[in-house]
Amino acid sequence: MSNIIELKNISKTFVSKNGEGNVEALNDVSFSVGTGEIYGIIGLSGAGKSTLVRCINLLEKPDNGKVIVDNKSLLELKESDLRMVRKEIGMIFQGFNLLMQKTVLDNVCFPMELNGVAKSVARKKALEYLEVVGLSEKAKAYPAMLSGGQKQRVAIARALASAPKILLCDEATSALDPETTKSILSLIKEINEKYQITVVVITHEMAVIQEICNRCAVLENGRLVEEDTVEELFRHPKTAAAKRLIYNATSQVKIMDGGKIVRIAFEESETSEPVIANLILEFKTAVNILESNISSIQGKSRGQMLIELPNDEKTADKMIAYLKKMKSITVEEVKNNE
Amino acid sequence: MNSAEWIMIAKGIGQTLSMVLVSTVFGYVFGLPLGVTLFVSDKDGIKPNAKLYAVLDFIVNIGRSIPFIILLVLIIPFTRLLVGKAYGTAATIVPLTIAAIPFIGRMVETSLKEVDKGVIEMAMSMGASTMEIIVKVLLVEARVSLLNGATICLGTILGYSAMAGTVGGGGLGDIAIRYGYYRYETDIMIVTVVIIIVLMQLFQLAGNTVSKKLDKRKQL
Repeated sequence: MSNIIELKNISKTFVSKNGEGNVEALNDVSFSVGTGEIYGIIGLSGAGKSTLVRCINLLEKPDNGKVIVDNKSLLELKESDLRMVRKEIGMIFQGFNLLMQKTVLDNVCFPMELNGVAKSVARKKALEYLEVVGLSEKAKAYPAMLSGGQKQRVAIARALASAPKILLCDEATSALDPETTKSILSLIKEINEKYQITVVVITHEMAVIQEICNRCAVLENGRLVEEDTVEELFRHPKTAAAKRLIYNATSQVKIMDGGKIVRIAFEESETSEPVIANLILEFKTAVNILESNISSIQGKSRGQMLIELPNDEKTADKMIAYLKKMKSITVEEVKNNE
Repeated sequence: MNSAEWIMIAKGIGQTLSMVLVSTVFGYVFGLPLGVTLFVSDKDGIKPNAKLYAVLDFIVNIGRSIPFIILLVLIIPFTRLLVGKAYGTAATIVPLTIAAIPFIGRMVETSLKEVDKGVIEMAMSMGASTMEIIVKVLLVEARVSLLNGATICLGTILGYSAMAGTVGGGGLGDIAIRYGYYRYETDIMIVTVVIIIVLMQLFQLAGNTVSKKLDKRKQL
């Protein structure tokens, strides 16, 4: 699989007038996205996600580094050539950014208008794309008459209209309710499969990453601190930032002082064995289940459980060793402050 | 008031309307590109150019700070050069247009600033050129605000046109000054003032009606 997007050592500092309020938005960030992949970038707000995604189409110009899209080094291109590359990169936004004074149909026609497609051809194609996103009956409506989810569907149809190779999603579902988020995400996935469009998703929600991404990068304070397949990231989050995002997504439990706490991750189908029951029988000591849940990662069920072990450290360590021997589960200790 | 005076007033209405409309049109011919350039070259604009912005900003401020009645007199040589005389309807169009340009420029700039930055970013992300963004995004999305601005300009220029009466500019203002002020014919003055008020109301009504029709943002 070749890489369609490669960002190398990207740094960006926003300079304020007096020099005191300089903000280092990105610090030496590198990652690459394979053709046809759905790549996620997750981080809390202020982590630099939006700046990073804007570096891919140079809406934001990095101070240092290289941006290679479709084998072209964008920072070396003339402005007119850069505009041509941008036409191959669709983008959808948290605020939808539709033209409020134009009909839904004309909104979808907009990129084709820029590309010099004849109006009659553009209209016909736009209707096809509206069909794809399930909004063909709203062609004559104005954006103000649509719901948030419908607006994002129009934005997706518009992004498709320029037949892009890449689709950038900047917090595309953050303004939507969970139900609508799900339907938009499945639409994005459908588009990824149907048109072979590479997708980059920016979000602060782990659920979004779990739903559609293949691989994912964790961004914290402008640095890319961890990158892995979503499955691995869920099973073995290595950095504190990743752990925080994953636990926040699933756990509402406030971890108190007391016994050691372990997190067990498992695949639902692989766990015919009664792990916890066996553990209790083996040690004749009770453990406290703090939280347990199942989430779906790209359609496959993944579970996680937080257990509090007895205060007695020796027993706790033995229990951890016992759990670690089991092949079907992943075990790790959770520090109290994480 | 006799019939000759009514005919004079009817003529005055025609002169006022032609002065106001023609100078508004000329004002926009220069003021619209000026306003767009101000918006585009602003430091948060789509093609920031600090020097260009500073120069235009300065010119606009100068233009806006000269009282119209002074401007009227100040540019008489220029008006003579352009029209051949310094009095009458055609001659008044020159200072009216010159006064309108910076005013319109500022109005247009303000209207364009109301356009959602996200929409501009969207167009840039699609590879739109600066010109395409201006024509296909800014002027379309800001059209209601631009039209409301034009209504205000029309009203202001109507007011200016009446002032031109003091130097023989023609139109209703001229009549009001000559008959109402110099000859103490109060009835004529009142009639002209009422007509100017009615014209102003009509402009505003027309502007509001069209802008309501054009606005697609609130059709829920």
